[in-house]
Amino acid sequence: MSDMSYVRSDMLPERTPPASSVGFVGWARANLFNGVVNSILTIVSLVLIFFVLAALLPWLFSPTWNSGSLNECREILNGHEGACWGVIHERWQQLLYGFYPNGSEAGTVDQRWRPNLAFLLLFVAVIPVLFNMISRRMNWVLLLVALSYGAYAVGGTLGMITVVVLLAAAVIVGYKAFSTDKAARAAEIEAGAKRLPNPLIFSAIFPFVVPFLLWGGSIWVFVGAALGFVLAGLAYRYLSAAVGSLAGMIISVLVAIVWWLFLIGPFASAMDAILPIALEQIESRKFGGFMLSITIGVVAIGISLPIGIVLALGRQSDLLIVKALSVGFIEFIRGVPLITLLFVASTLLNIFLPPGTNFDIILRVLIMVTLFASAYMAEVVRGGLAALPKGQYEAADALGLDYWKAQRLIIMPQALKISIPGIVSTFIGVFKDTVLVSIIGLLDPLGLSNAIRADQAWNGVVWELYGFIAFMFFVFCFSMSRYSMYLERRLRTGHK
Amino acid sequence: MTTTTDPHQGQFRLSMLLYDSRYRSMTIQIIALIGFLLLLGWIFSNTAQNLTDLGKEPSFRFMGEPAGYDINQRLLEYSNQDTHLRAALIGLLNTLLVAALGCITATVLGVIIGVLRLSPNWIISRLSAVYVEMFRNVPVLLWIVFIMAILIETLPSPSAFRKGEASLSLWDSVAVTNRGIYIPEPLFTNTLGNLHLFGNSSLRFDVSLDLIAILAVFIGGLLTSGLIKRRADHTQEATGTRPTTWYWRLGVVVIPTSIVLVLLGLHWGYPELKGFNFKGGTHLRNSLIALWLALSVYTAAFIAEIVRAGILAISKGQSEAAGALGLRSNRTMSLVILPQALRVIIPPLISNYLNLTKNSSLAIAVGYMDITGTLGGITMNQTGRELETVLLLMLVYLAISLTISSVMNWYNESVKLKER
Repeated sequence: MSDMSYVRSDMLPERTPPASSVGFVGWARANLFNGVVNSILTIVSLVLIFFVLAALLPWLFSPTWNSGSLNECREILNGHEGACWGVIHERWQQLLYGFYPNGSEAGTVDQRWRPNLAFLLLFVAVIPVLFNMISRRMNWVLLLVALSYGAYAVGGTLGMITVVVLLAAAVIVGYKAFSTDKAARAAEIEAGAKRLPNPLIFSAIFPFVVPFLLWGGSIWVFVGAALGFVLAGLAYRYLSAAVGSLAGMIISVLVAIVWWLFLIGPFASAMDAILPIALEQIESRKFGGFMLSITIGVVAIGISLPIGIVLALGRQSDLLIVKALSVGFIEFIRGVPLITLLFVASTLLNIFLPPGTNFDIILRVLIMVTLFASAYMAEVVRGGLAALPKGQYEAADALGLDYWKAQRLIIMPQALKISIPGIVSTFIGVFKDTVLVSIIGLLDPLGLSNAIRADQAWNGVVWELYGFIAFMFFVFCFSMSRYSMYLERRLRTGHK
Repeated sequence: MTTTTDPHQGQFRLSMLLYDSRYRSMTIQIIALIGFLLLLGWIFSNTAQNLTDLGKEPSFRFMGEPAGYDINQRLLEYSNQDTHLRAALIGLLNTLLVAALGCITATVLGVIIGVLRLSPNWIISRLSAVYVEMFRNVPVLLWIVFIMAILIETLPSPSAFRKGEASLSLWDSVAVTNRGIYIPEPLFTNTLGNLHLFGNSSLRFDVSLDLIAILAVFIGGLLTSGLIKRRADHTQEATGTRPTTWYWRLGVVVIPTSIVLVLLGLHWGYPELKGFNFKGGTHLRNSLIALWLALSVYTAAFIAEIVRAGILAISKGQSEAAGALGLRSNRTMSLVILPQALRVIIPPLISNYLNLTKNSSLAIAVGYMDITGTLGGITMNQTGRELETVLLLMLVYLAISLTISSVMNWYNESVKLKER
């Protein structure tokens, strides 16, 4: 036996791939220069990008941040091309808050903490609805931090004490949230530990907190408005057992309407006499800038969601007249441009209401934009309803659930889950459409930009203002659309 | 057969209206109808009361009164002595013009961007993604005023042409100025004249007989070309070889059309600098161009996403099967992928055309006189007839929307997969 062998007993080490197919060169060959056409396209786009950046960057980074007028900008730039960022520096607060009192006029106090707090609370209220990655306790921590910002802004000794208390509570809850992991916490709850209340409670209160913060006035009006819902709920709970669900529902709606129309005023004034809590009242015409856009967008979406659900159910229903009314409303609103509805808000809505009614333009715009959004929302929800397999409806019937129970327990949770991306994109659409209110003379960012350009100091500034507004809208809408994509991925349960 | 669920034949009681499922739906519907009618009646009585208080009797008679304002961009002849009705008609045509132009360019641009976004070339696909995100995340109204500002601020004024700082582009035929773009207009020496429709009324309508003649010959040529194609198909099916017909098919379209054009004496009217401005040629005003461009680029971003989604929706097996059959890549696209992708693409495309048409009402921001600018703008402000003008405006848009969606739905039905 010799040691010679013709079969290799161990593998040779792998050769490294040729330098032309790894690393940046390999990537570029595979993605940028694979073929003549692609190479030409790559070079053309690189040249294009170069020219755009060469024109844009020097303009963008121009040292004019502190200038006080367009002429000063020209002096600083000394004949070179460049942006005049002084206008943004001087007016950015106006572009964000409009004419909301900022304490600059004599006898006024800076009130801008109110929209700020409302914006923070919006996130706290929205998080438990839209995300599930954050724990219940983290949500309460966020709420406490947001509230402590409000207390800090109110100021005074009492305010400072509240800040300390709130922050201490936030630290304690937050520490416990981080120190215990999910399994340990589940065991604690199993052993009888109390759970924190569901943060959705705050999300339900939120719609009444925001108008109070933004418009101010007595808190009891808003408490009264919320009480109407509570009363209706109680009436439904106790009456439906006695007279049946349909009659119970009709009566509870009547109770709420009677409360809102006739009893809320006496209630508010009585409570005011006992315990006056009020914020300084701000007129709607002082609303402006992005605050106005966000207010209109959020209010319209928030209110249009329930209306949209009702309309979608009406459109899907077997009742002919209800269906015809819903279809008529939806198709009418979707068939006309928003601007005509805004014309209705600015000129006609007062004519439709009893003589002598006159409420302010922002409220009228809110009503029309809400109706507009509800029609689109109804179509989104209808899409969700149509996407549910028929078996779900039949299963609900087989369980013996009545229509509303089936909707509440089986259909809606699934249909709404499917339509969340659609709801988010409707929101983006409505938010973008809020710039249309500048056409009927409201001071949204675009309307303000016209007002700013009418100023002597900034007459002739175009790109900086439009660019800033466009950039802000881009940031809002882009982040929302990314979020909707994330939701789509998360909600894809993989049954397909 | 009787089962336990069969309704028992009892006497009718009033409470059955609420508790018996046979009658309950009736009850609910009647309540809903009464509620709706009450609401409607309430609004009507309020409106009537308010209008009487204001001393405005609702009537459409103002539509017959002279408008008294000028419309600079128009397709039909119009003077400020014409009626409000004619002004509205001019506005309507302007709306349709910008909507049609916008739909065409948005589709072309959107399809290109959507296909490029799927390109294997990294830079190209990234650039298209940047385009899509940039345009669809900023309000269209902002793009309209932005493009208007670009046109006014960056383009040379007519006086720059006089001083020689700027010159006409495209072989001295197109003048791009900050007052708009002047393009050559077709003129005919042996013109056939115009066809006057609707006499002297507000709806009078001139149709150029030259245009009709050219279109008739052109469409006739296309139909003949279709016939030749069908014969070629028959020959191919019968014999297996396809006769070369492209020169015939091109010829029957091009030659008669050119003959007609020569007979009519076609020549071009070029824009010329006269006084402070350009004269001659067709003047496309800034407002039209800004609106057209902005609506196109904005809607194109949405269409690009639709096209991309449509192409991605076709399973990979289809293109692999086409490849296995030996089809080249462009034939795979045109014969296999696109016909299937179109079914996914068309319904959302329709809704984007509708959106574009409705967004064209933003013309009022740049002063383009579409129907919102004429009927809903100056006419409303001059006559103070808010109710009537807004009602008419809404009806017009509703009619446009319903027409577009029914035409497009009909097309959609015809390309839909025939399921058996």
